[in-house]
Amino acid sequence: MDNRGAAIVGKTARLLVLAVPVGFLLLFFGFPVVNLLLTAFGQDEALVQIWAALGNARVGGVLWFTLWQAVCSTLLTLAIALPGCWVMARFRFRGRGVVSALAVVAFVMPTVVVATAISTVLADNGPLGWLLPPGADRGIGAILVAHVYFNLAVVLRVVSSYWAQLDPRPGEAAAVLGASPWRVWWSVTLPRLRPAILASAAIVFLFTFTSFGIVLLLGGPGQATIEVEIQRQVLFLFNVPAGAALSVLQIIFVLFILVLQTVLSRRLAAGDGVDARLRRPSRRADRISVVTFVFVSLLVFGGPPVSVLLRALESGGGWGIDNFTSLASQDGRTVLSVSPLTAVGNSLLYAAVATLIAVTVGGLMALAIARTKTSVWEGIWLLPLGVSAVTLGFGLLITFDEDPIAWRSSFFMVPIAQSLVAIPFVVRSLVPALRAISPHVLEAAATLGASPRRVLRHVQLPLAGRAALVAIGFSLAISLGEFGATLFVARGDRPTMPIAIYRLLGTPGETNQGQAMALAAILILLTGLFVLLTDRWRTAGERYV
Amino acid sequence: MRTTAQKLSMVAVIGAVALALTSCTSQEAEQPSAAPPSPGSTVTLVTYDSYQISDETFDSFTDETGVKVEIVRAGDGAQVVNRALLTKDTPEGDVLFGVDNNLLSRALSDDLFEAYQPEAVAELPAELTDGTDGVVTPIDTGDVCINYDRAALKKRGIDPPETLADLSKSDYRGLLVVENPATSTPGLAFLLATIAEFGTDGFQDYWKQLRDNDVLVENSWDSAYYQQFSGGSGEGDRPMVVSYATSPAAEVIFAEKPPKEAPTAAMLSSCYQQIEYAGLLQGATNPAGGRALLDFMLSQTYQSDLPLNNFVYPVVGSATVPPEFDEFAPKPSDPAELPASEVDANRETWVEQWTTVVQP
Repeated sequence: MDNRGAAIVGKTARLLVLAVPVGFLLLFFGFPVVNLLLTAFGQDEALVQIWAALGNARVGGVLWFTLWQAVCSTLLTLAIALPGCWVMARFRFRGRGVVSALAVVAFVMPTVVVATAISTVLADNGPLGWLLPPGADRGIGAILVAHVYFNLAVVLRVVSSYWAQLDPRPGEAAAVLGASPWRVWWSVTLPRLRPAILASAAIVFLFTFTSFGIVLLLGGPGQATIEVEIQRQVLFLFNVPAGAALSVLQIIFVLFILVLQTVLSRRLAAGDGVDARLRRPSRRADRISVVTFVFVSLLVFGGPPVSVLLRALESGGGWGIDNFTSLASQDGRTVLSVSPLTAVGNSLLYAAVATLIAVTVGGLMALAIARTKTSVWEGIWLLPLGVSAVTLGFGLLITFDEDPIAWRSSFFMVPIAQSLVAIPFVVRSLVPALRAISPHVLEAAATLGASPRRVLRHVQLPLAGRAALVAIGFSLAISLGEFGATLFVARGDRPTMPIAIYRLLGTPGETNQGQAMALAAILILLTGLFVLLTDRWRTAGERYV
Repeated sequence: MRTTAQKLSMVAVIGAVALALTSCTSQEAEQPSAAPPSPGSTVTLVTYDSYQISDETFDSFTDETGVKVEIVRAGDGAQVVNRALLTKDTPEGDVLFGVDNNLLSRALSDDLFEAYQPEAVAELPAELTDGTDGVVTPIDTGDVCINYDRAALKKRGIDPPETLADLSKSDYRGLLVVENPATSTPGLAFLLATIAEFGTDGFQDYWKQLRDNDVLVENSWDSAYYQQFSGGSGEGDRPMVVSYATSPAAEVIFAEKPPKEAPTAAMLSSCYQQIEYAGLLQGATNPAGGRALLDFMLSQTYQSDLPLNNFVYPVVGSATVPPEFDEFAPKPSDPAELPASEVDANRETWVEQWTTVVQP
């Protein structure tokens, strides 16, 4: 075979490799979005109707709440995480790995579980109930606590790894010249950290702006994000056009935030490039800081899951596993049409299929992105994927309703929805790893006569293997916990664990509440297991966001 | 080499196509419309969360027809209807029970149901079949009324409220829990009762007063009654709740020691009539089983089992009603009513106006 032939084959293969993710996204993402647009704008006197629908939807209040709670959540997360970032960036200490793993587990914890955990902790009879006025287990306070809990990991990872690579000498010089520690922080360190802080803030802002499960479960009257309002308009009021109009609005906002985030993340690449030199905390003050950090972290990250586990083990005034054993029963009178244990099986099966799809589609996307040199491409690729879960689920539900694509009652609808939520994480954990493979290695292999497939199999895959494992673990965890999209597409007789927890929590009665806690406990353990198993394979300093 | 490179890509493409295709093969085996239900098949009943029926009742249906019944609960009444509308033509079951007279037009206008009425419908009073267009079947009726906890009001030294207007008085501050009319059919019925009383111009002011009087809103009847209400089987601390005229009888029937007087009472001047219907869902996988189930829902067995499980009145006159109903749950003599056409035309607007006032 001559070289020209090989080049053509390579090109065809590349196009075909590209065709799968592009086809998948066009069908399951692009098409629903177009349908949402048509639903919103396809009515008679569309603009008048939309205006009326949005006016009815109290859209001003919803937008305002969405915005200010996201800003507050972001600022609060930054304020709480930054001292921790300093400890993580400067010191080597026992428990460092545990804290960072726990933070990641918190980050992928299902929203339904975190909402349950936070309201358990803040309830009047909960461990922190005395801190807050009665009834604070619902409302803006609880929402902010939950958002901070989720997103601490984002700031910790992004800022501390950037910080560790900052040259410490300018700060030391300022200190030698007589600047107070505060002054050093304010005038030297903080400005130099700006790219990392801004980039992580953009991510946190995106996550909290599109928050759904937390606000749905913890929000008081009148506290609704755009996501929650879409759900209210569609499922409560059956105002599909208003839901579609809000979805379009949400998509526009998300695209804007994603562009901003891509721009901010690009500046992140240019640090000082100093190798992270972690030192042991030698001074007394440093040791106190480190010990405090580890202690507080364990409490913050471990507290909510542990409180759910304990609640799940309560039984009739004492301790026992009654809540767990009752999961297998189905007496036909409860809100679930199957036994809660069936939901565990459903979830695991869905998550496995979703992960297969996400890793296949996301992996091919990552290969394509990694080939391009600029990160602009990456941004464009990821743009459609930041779209929020409720919008995705709603779009899928109203799109795949007619022949020949009347698939919404199909088993695959749920894993497809979940994989769409997981794909961005897959791409983001694979691309850096694929990029890190030196192009010289690939060229050398090609020059020595290796086909593109051989290069992929014998060079790229082994080198990116660890990242692939991380991607699989994340996909599994995200699919298991996915709530917003699943709520729309899951069928009543095939509930997932988060759906079952949500339904049981909303139903009075000790048995229902106990079962919800037991399911939440199982979900925590499974999520933790998947993430921790794959976290072991993660190389130090690697970033996933 | 060319072939392997292409194969690799083709496998990926074929995999994606196969995935898409296998998801196509949904259950679409249509049965001829007049066929009897096939024994061994399952019929799925989609209904609201608080729906209950004795196991023996559906067992006797299975004995008769050989068809098993599965129940899928899909939220509170209004949510069940909305979910069904959103999954129209690919329904989550064969029969839907729980759409009421106030939401009926939403379901009918969207062709949610395939027209079918059991023969027994011919014997029902005309007022029950009005507006059903031969599409859905009335199953039961109830009156949505304010219920109050006798002992709790007495302890506070307050008389039971006599009119809706009383509820906005400071005496009753923080005592009432209602259901969200957007999610719950009794919630919607109560909203309509207030519109019937205060008019389309006055009801928002009335609800403003209720809001300022610290009314609590729950999304479902279950949580309003069992979690917030203090009377009878409720475990909350609010002594007034939107429930049914028959709820006090339920409290007597299920009390461990039958009391002489019901612990709760319905405020009969606050009632609004509700009729609940069942219908065969368009695109049902087991339409024959669905029709048989609808026939069964008008049978003596089913109708007589309804009152004690759901605290509603059966539509079939010959069905038995527990004696406690007559003794402890007098029917309101003159429940409020709005013309169906007016409800159809304004329902969504009223719910939004309510939301704006009560949950801004």
